[in-house]
Amino acid sequence: MSGHNSHDVLRRDPRAEWIARNRLHPLHGTVASNEAAEVRGPSGLLRKNPHQVGFVGPNGIKRIDRLKGNAAATGKGRRSGAAKDVQLPLHTVENPDFYVVVVPDMVGGRLTGHDKDVIGQAHKLVAGIEGNGAVLAVCFGQSKEEHFDTAGVDRLLLLDDAIYEGYCPEQRLAALVQVEAGYHPQYWLFPDSVNGGSDLGSRLAARINERPVVQAWQVDNHKSVCRGAGGTVDITRDTPRLLMLAEECADQIDETRHEALSLELPVVPVVISQLQDKGQVAVDPNAISLAEAEFILSAGNGIRNWDQFHEAASVLGATEGASRVAVDDGFMPRFRQVGATGTWVTARVYLAVGISGAIQHMQGIGQCDKVIAINTDAGCDMVKRAALSVIGDSEEILGELIERVQEFRAQPSAGGDQDAA
Amino acid sequence: MQPNQLANKLKIVSLVSVGKHPQSGRVRRADQDSRAVELGMKLASDNLIVLHAGDPQEQALRSYAGMGLKSIQVLEMDPAADAVMPLGEHLQQSGAEIVLTGVRAESGESSGMVPYQLAEKLGWPIVPRVADIVSIEAGIAEVLQALPRGQRRSVKVRLPFIASVDSAAQDARQSAFGPASRAVMEVEVVSAATDAVRQSWEEAPARKRPKRLKVVKAKTAAERFKAATAKSQGDGGKVMKNESAAEQAQAILELLKEEGVLR
Repeated sequence: MSGHNSHDVLRRDPRAEWIARNRLHPLHGTVASNEAAEVRGPSGLLRKNPHQVGFVGPNGIKRIDRLKGNAAATGKGRRSGAAKDVQLPLHTVENPDFYVVVVPDMVGGRLTGHDKDVIGQAHKLVAGIEGNGAVLAVCFGQSKEEHFDTAGVDRLLLLDDAIYEGYCPEQRLAALVQVEAGYHPQYWLFPDSVNGGSDLGSRLAARINERPVVQAWQVDNHKSVCRGAGGTVDITRDTPRLLMLAEECADQIDETRHEALSLELPVVPVVISQLQDKGQVAVDPNAISLAEAEFILSAGNGIRNWDQFHEAASVLGATEGASRVAVDDGFMPRFRQVGATGTWVTARVYLAVGISGAIQHMQGIGQCDKVIAINTDAGCDMVKRAALSVIGDSEEILGELIERVQEFRAQPSAGGDQDAA
Repeated sequence: MQPNQLANKLKIVSLVSVGKHPQSGRVRRADQDSRAVELGMKLASDNLIVLHAGDPQEQALRSYAGMGLKSIQVLEMDPAADAVMPLGEHLQQSGAEIVLTGVRAESGESSGMVPYQLAEKLGWPIVPRVADIVSIEAGIAEVLQALPRGQRRSVKVRLPFIASVDSAAQDARQSAFGPASRAVMEVEVVSAATDAVRQSWEEAPARKRPKRLKVVKAKTAAERFKAATAKSQGDGGKVMKNESAAEQAQAILELLKEEGVLR
């Protein structure tokens, strides 16, 4: 450690080194050098003493932290995930000069990915115009969406009166015409989707006599590129006031939070509708292809009572699916298989009974919104993925569920049950 | 069939356009328009009027005629001109009660606006994406609408109305050469305004759309590593472990009701 008679002879003190290594030694504190790991050598070069890098860990083993203290952020275990809820910066618009209106589909009362793309496009258009503009979302029907703020909605016009429930494009059109008169939006944006955005957009375009751009996928304030001739031609044209946008037209908002202040609309006249909604017709769920089924009841290795499973599917009105094991064992046909080898499903609700969740299966259900798991193993991957997991015997739980659903259906027109058939 | 007898006296018009094969680009009968013709033939059999605005010499019209039509009415005009005005006038004068079209054309702008503009011009209701017309009784039609995910919605609408026919409707029957060449083209020359706006558009073969990349906005190597290796996990779903089977089943039922999938 210290040379005492000459400069060129380096003397070591083995005892002091030994004490420095032994953190349990009573003199350890006095000997352990607090020198910086980096010193200037006699020639002026930076010298690093590799023996002094790092620290001795609790089990006496030397640890070198190459993450420069960021390791704490990556976290170990689940707890840090919840703590990492970062508050995004708030984007405020006071007294907006103009509005860009988005009419999202709100399938099932929530913003779809397509809706969020369109809101992202709206912000791009706002940025291209001088003055401060706000993105106004006009939503119809009951809303279950909780994250209008992070989706990028500056102003929210929520029309959830009873007259907007169900299929009522004419009433909704009347409200949009009021918005047009009240707010004079710079642009009208609709998702070009089969969920109603295309229908409503076309109606409004015909009403306000605007020539819309349809299936637009690259839009700025001057030019838009859209698909024409059945998707085989790209048309580049001036951007009109009303746009129906294709999916992934722009990036979603993910770096800012928005106010989502609710606005009120002056009285909308009640339209005498020429279309009378008679509700959805019961369709045989097993006639729907697995890839586009909305509600899937899927069976795996944990099913013993197959008759009960089929009964549950018919009582729930769900399309049947299966994991690979159930198919290989011959309980379900091959075209019912969900997963990498089978069908990639897009169901909104996926009820997995006795499926522990092999990675190939999890790939197949990647696009599902709500997964419900019934399983005996609380630690399986499906339970980690599921929004609701129920641990127990599947036969017992399915039996209870069948009874309860039958009771629920027996109630005279309770809830939103309005079948035509 | 029952709707046949009921609708026999009705005046049903199917509007047809020139289709384009998505792969080869050759002209053909448009898929949805031919379904509209098929639906019209189911409802009105021989009384169906098939109407086209454009060039009467067009070969694609013959493939519609090959479905068993005696004649096709053609409003002769420049195919690039705006067809809505002449079509609207013709429909108003002809006293049509049901007008069937496809959802979107396979050539030109294919914006799907023609039925909406006609409906606005005529003041009729429009039913988009029809899969079938179930019955027509006392001037009220019951229509099945095609919804995403294979669902159907029943809608009642008073005549006259316009319906755009979805690809979920019944397949068009085969087109035969004999009837196709025998069919008569009833041509009426009309004047139509040229589509001036469209002159300034640039058209090019469709480019492949870039796939959206998953951009990782990580600041440190550790975050990037985590983003690359992280498994997708649910946001800490509810786990019911010790409850009785009845309570568990009730919780599942509540969720299904909330999601609105129990019908």
